[in-house]
Amino acid sequence: MGVMKRVSTIFRAKANKQLDKLEDPRETLDYSYQTQLELLQKVRRGVADVATSRKRIELQMNQVQQSSDKLDRQARDSLAAGREDLAREALTRKSGVQSQLNDLQTQYASLQGEEEKLTAASQRLQAKVDAFRVRKETIKATYTAAEATTRINEVFTGISEEMSDVGLAVQRAEDKTEQMKARAGAIDELMASGALTDVLGGPPPDDIQAELDRMGSGHSIDAELERMKAELAGGSAPKEITGSSGQADSSVAQPSGTSFQKEQPGSGGA
Amino acid sequence: MIIRIMGEGQLMLDDSAVDELNKLDSALEQAVEQNDEAAFGPALRALLEKARAVGTALPADAIEPSGLILPREDATIEEVRDLLADGGLIPG
Repeated sequence: MGVMKRVSTIFRAKANKQLDKLEDPRETLDYSYQTQLELLQKVRRGVADVATSRKRIELQMNQVQQSSDKLDRQARDSLAAGREDLAREALTRKSGVQSQLNDLQTQYASLQGEEEKLTAASQRLQAKVDAFRVRKETIKATYTAAEATTRINEVFTGISEEMSDVGLAVQRAEDKTEQMKARAGAIDELMASGALTDVLGGPPPDDIQAELDRMGSGHSIDAELERMKAELAGGSAPKEITGSSGQADSSVAQPSGTSFQKEQPGSGGA
Repeated sequence: MIIRIMGEGQLMLDDSAVDELNKLDSALEQAVEQNDEAAFGPALRALLEKARAVGTALPADAIEPSGLILPREDATIEEVRDLLADGGLIPG
């Protein structure tokens, strides 16, 4: 017997076990209807939870993107001031920030998919619960023990299968949401620690971690440094000249990464 | 025959299509039994694609038990094994 048949047999066995517990078939219908309503509520809560989690990720994606933009600016400014060491540090951090962003994008897409599936499941269940209520009343109104048992078994097994499926989907969505919460919390902490943000104003990075990051992303950073140098050289020659020691020193003391533009009004439009 | 794809809902399909599904299902079963991760994903997707291609959606308000139940598309090999073990995963 294949997978498909075995799974359906197991679902059926589950429904039969529940049917056996209750003596009056009419009771079974009322009892089942109650659990259906409870499950519907649970699914709706599940949809709301997934949506909340998705929105939180969206917010973090914006923050992390801003962080990345800022580090990019700082790298440019540092380079313009002749501080390649700082520029390298900024790009190293930017590379870490970018990998966080990629990770968040993957999580976002996954939550979005989960939300869509769960919303559809909730609508299907709603339609079935409504139909069940009507059939339940019809069966009860025309009740004769002999024929009712067969009809009840059929409708009960059908709805029970739907509930098992939806129940599993909700559990799954809940697990996923919990995982996301934990990861989102970790990123919030990283943001708060400054590790993802300001290279000029932030705390000194963990030396070993920074070294590891360099080993991992050294090539792309070298390439990006070269690209920025070329841009600066090609775009605005005066920057090269003004990026000498005096300017650089004052720039390091400036917490704002945009200070160079202010000091060099001539190169702003380059 | 009525079948269910878990997480997607129920489909109605012609009995003549079942043979073809069974063939694809055998490959899936083999992958699960041999714990063959590499074969599992493609086998599951092939089975679901076939089912979707030959089936038409049952109305949302229909309340019918399914003759066959297919695991959800992103199920892992462990999840399918748990489903088969004793239904311990299934709530209710």
